[in-house]
Formats: sequence, structure tokens, C-alpha cells
Amino acid sequence: MALVLQQILNGLSVSSILLLIALGLAITFGLMKVINMAHGELIMIGAYTAYVVQGLFTSYLPESVFDYYFVIAIPASFLVAALFGLVLEMTMIRYLYGRPLDSLLATWGVGMILQQLARSIFGAPNVAVVSPSWLNGGLAIMPGLVLTYKRLFIIGLVIVCLLCMFLYIYRSAAGRRMRAVMQNRDMAASLGISTRKVDAATFAIGAGIGGIAGCALSLMGPIGPALGTYYIVDAFMVVVLGGVGKLLGTVLGALGMGLANTLFESLTDASIGKVFVFIAVIAFLQWRPTGFVSLRTRALDTSD
Amino acid sequence: MGITEKLARDRRWQLIAYLALAAALFAAPLYLSDFRLSLLAKFLAFAILAIGLDLLWGYTGILSLGQGVFFGIGAYCMAMYLKLEATGGKLPDFMQWSGVGSLPWWWQPFHYLWVAALLAILLPMLLAALLGWFTFRNRIKGVYFTILTQALVIITTTLLIGQQGFTGGTNGITNFSTVLGRAISQPSTRLALYFITLLALIGVFLLCRWLVTSRFGQVLRAIRDGENRVRFLGYDPAAYKIFVFSVSAGIAGIAGMLSVFHVGIIAPSMIGIVPSIEMALWVAIGGRGTLIGAVIGALALNWGKSLFSEAYPDMWPYFMGLMLILVVVLLPRGIVGLADSVKQLTFRRSNSNERASGSLPVIRESDG
Repeated sequence: MALVLQQILNGLSVSSILLLIALGLAITFGLMKVINMAHGELIMIGAYTAYVVQGLFTSYLPESVFDYYFVIAIPASFLVAALFGLVLEMTMIRYLYGRPLDSLLATWGVGMILQQLARSIFGAPNVAVVSPSWLNGGLAIMPGLVLTYKRLFIIGLVIVCLLCMFLYIYRSAAGRRMRAVMQNRDMAASLGISTRKVDAATFAIGAGIGGIAGCALSLMGPIGPALGTYYIVDAFMVVVLGGVGKLLGTVLGALGMGLANTLFESLTDASIGKVFVFIAVIAFLQWRPTGFVSLRTRALDTSD
Repeated sequence: MGITEKLARDRRWQLIAYLALAAALFAAPLYLSDFRLSLLAKFLAFAILAIGLDLLWGYTGILSLGQGVFFGIGAYCMAMYLKLEATGGKLPDFMQWSGVGSLPWWWQPFHYLWVAALLAILLPMLLAALLGWFTFRNRIKGVYFTILTQALVIITTTLLIGQQGFTGGTNGITNFSTVLGRAISQPSTRLALYFITLLALIGVFLLCRWLVTSRFGQVLRAIRDGENRVRFLGYDPAAYKIFVFSVSAGIAGIAGMLSVFHVGIIAPSMIGIVPSIEMALWVAIGGRGTLIGAVIGALALNWGKSLFSEAYPDMWPYFMGLMLILVVVLLPRGIVGLADSVKQLTFRRSNSNERASGSLPVIRESDG
């Protein structure tokens, strides 16, 4: 019993990280049909931002406030990654709308450059980020079943992010404009919405969430220049599985991928488990080719 | 000069250029050192793969970032044969290290060169046909398909690394000695392998050229430009896509199989996500939708890479990243496209000169 529960909790924990990563992708991909392969590097930037903030705290501030660096690190990661995203959108992505495959290759190029840049600045070996002491330890639910505070914290962080996203997309004027552009770009433009600004802001927000994901990943272990590469394809699978255009789809997709990963890996081993997850995804797409949730459209030729 | 004459002249020059390139490659052993020649042989194998990817991406509009997997299957098939021949009936070294007691049954067929060569082509084709069957029929296309092919790369490399006892793990399969009893390192064997690779490249090129100039090729381009229209005309795009994906995978298998001879090792890191993207870059740089572009791209980029990495190893990722961005944003038609636009510019200039001197515009002539 405890073993099964432990597996489920592990699965949820993996899901929460995948969700945090896929959330940013779902926004850029869902709204703009841009495949941002540099998202992994935005995560990496977020993680290194946490590392730098932690370094600043140790060098310049008394030890007593060190534990609170993470409170600063999260918004800092968001801002730095969002800034990178904004620059990326304004200099390159804007020329690639309507060419998803090209955007995939070009953003991969950006990713390679950012990765090498990180290697030159911070060095190739991984660096460790010291977690705040209040996140050490864990909650003993029953004998043999411990949920670490770090994992709980990440699950909480995901829920907060989801909530903010929901409020932004469905309850704010900016979100309404964003949805309008997503549903019918030309019509939205005709009604006076600046689609350029919406695109830039949306891309920056998606990038910023990637930064938060990186900040969260820095809790889970050492970080390195290739941090994002491990997760990026899995995160895209979440988006494919969940379907684009709705937050709910991304949540379901992340739950599905996270639980399937842990389930198959506990039944077989890590490498064979991956094969089964892939087969499961393909099998699922036989049943629902557009993912769990998809926007109904009568358009035959979508721009993908 | 009329349009038809001009086209005929263009075609004649094209043929001369192709023949000159082929002659230069056939004569390469005369003017290249052994080291450079074996590099060139490796790049020729890569060019074979690029042609297959171009058939898929440039002509049919399907981007597969999983070509590394098919390349890898071909390479591993041949490497298994070479390994078995090198160990001479004994268990391969990495199996002994991992405590595998006896040769697994699925290694047995690789005692024979012809079986290994056949499987190196058929297994990738089969895998591609399976994946194509389960995706194209459900109209999973565009980026969704591309992401699935990337996932295929990840699971393949994870599997190869994880099953160390059977696949050699991270180190891959290496330490080969002979092929059909002849030492691989011997100059005469190397020369023969070079020519075999060159002939395979020419064969694959001619096969693909025949495919794209036939009615079949027209359907492929039609699928690329408007899949639904093709469907409404009564064709089944899925069947065409499965077929062409499978062919391009088989071609990647050939490339993998040949490259093992020249590189002397196959390892998961050579077929992972980054090498697979690099393969797409060969085609993009050369020029999507022209077969010769794929060849030129593969040769030029790899030659550049080897010179570049010898001089500044750390700078290669910057360079490759920058190339990806520049080619996609500024040069969507690659080197061949660039050459075409230069030609068109000069053509237009000479054309306007003719007009200024009072001769008839070219278009009117062709009408008459």
C-alpha cells in the first residue's frame, strides 16, 4: 500500500515539474504556434538566476536572511527569463510566425548559443544551489511514506502558477485580448487589438514561466548548461498529449506523462519504461489525435 | 534566345556541373591525403542521408528529426557484424564486462555480412513504416509529427545506453578489425570502401531523382503544398507519406551502415538529438527541395565543421546555432537558392539590356 502511494506521489511530483515546464510551452505554442525549442534554455536561465541570487545573498547579506533568498529568486527568475523571451520575440520569432517547423530549427539554434554561453560564463560542470533550510526535511504521511517539503513546495508553486495563469487568461482584459488573437487573429486585429504587442507579451510570459520552472528545478539537484535539454522533449510530449489551446489539456497531459513515466519505470527499468511511455502516447493519439482537449475549429487547413 | 533554348542550355550546364562534381569525387584519392579521404568518405555517407531527408522534408514537407535513429539502426547492424567478425566467435568484450553469458539470439544473424546489410536497410524502413502508419493515418502532421520523431530519438538513445550488455552502452560498439577477412585499416580496403560509398551516393541520388521527377514526385510536392486538396482529388496522402518516410529511413540506414566503416565506431552520442538536428541543418543549408542542395549542404557543413573544430573546438556550437538561425530566417532556400537568385539577378540584368537595345521581350518569343 505504502509502495503504491509512494509511486503515485512520485508520479505527481514528476507531473508537477513537467506541468510547470509545459505551461510556458502551451502558451507560446497554443497561442502563436511557435515551437520554442529554446524553452529548455530559458529554464536553464531561470535556474542560473536562482544560483546568482543565492550567491548575492551569501556575499552581501547577513546569514540570517539567507533562507529567504528563494522568495526573491522566483520573481527574479521570471523577470530575467521573460526579458530574454521578449528580446527573442522582437528580434527573431516575429519573422517566423506561420512557419512552425522553421521556428523549431531557429529556436534550437538560439538554444545552442545560450547553452554554450552558459558554459563559458558558469563553466561546464554542474553547480549546486543550496536550498533554503525550511525546505529540508519532509512530511511523514505514514510509516515508510515521506513527502519531502521540496516536492510539496513545487506542487504548491505549480498550483499558484496555474491559478495566476487562469486569472490572467480568463479574468483580465489582457487575457481577453490574448484569447481573441488566439481564436481569430485577423478579426482581433480588425477590432483594434495590437496583435504585435499581444504576441510579444504572451511570448515573454511563456518564457518567464519557463524561468520559474528553472528556479524550481534548482531545488531538485545540481544545475548545468544542459539542464533544459533533459526536459524539453518530454514537455513537448505533454503539450501534444494534452492538446493545445486550453490549460486543462496541459494539466491532463502533464498528469498523464508524469504518472505513465513513473508507472512504466517502476514496472520495468528506466530505459525500457521510456519505450513503453512512447508506445502509450502513440496509442493514445490513435484514439484522440488532437490530444485530451482541443479547441473545436471548422478550419480544415490549420496553419501548422 | 528562346525560353526552351535557354532551358536546354541550362540543363546542359547542369549536367556538366554534375559530371564535374562526380569526376572530382572519383579522382579524390589522387589529391587527398588518407586522413582527408576517409573524412570525405564519411561525409559522402552523410550526404546519402541528407538526400533521403530532403526527399521527406524538402519535397513532401515532413520534417523528421528522427533520422539519427534510422542512421543508428543501420550503423548498429553493420557494427554488430564487424564486432562478431573481430571477436572471431568469442563473446564481444562489452558483453563479458556486463556479465552477459552467451550471445543473444538476435545477435546470431549478424554473423553474415549480407544479412547485416539487408537488415541495416529493412529495419529502419520497417520502423518508419510502423511509426508512419500510426501517425499519418490519423492526420498527425506538421510539428506534432516532428516532436514525436524527437521523442523516438530520446527513447532510442536511452534504450541503447540502458541495455549496456547488449548494445555496448555509452561506449557503443567499436574495435573492428576486418571485413570479409580483409583488414579495414589497409589502404586498398579503405579505397574500395570509399568507392563503394561514392557509388551508393550516386545510386541513391539517381533513385531519388527518378522518384521526384516522376508523377509520384508531383504528388509528393502537392502533399507538401496542399494536403487536403490532394485528398479531395482522390489520392491517399497517408499512403504516400508512409512510403516516402520509409524510403528516407532506408536511405538513412544505408548511410549509417557505410559510415561505420569510415568512422570505426557507433555510439549513442552520434545519433542523439543534437546530431539529428544537425542532419536537418545539412539539408536546410544546402537548399530544401533540391537533391543536389542536400549533397552540397552535407559536404560543405561537415567539411566546415571539421576544419572549424580543429581550430576552435569551443566555437562550433555558436557557429552551428548562428547558422541555424541565419539559414532559417534569411536563406530559407539555402546555398542552391542563393545561387539561383544570383543567377536570376544577372539574367534579369542581361534581359533588360536586350530590351533596351530593341530586341523582343523573352516572354513574347516563347508565346509565339
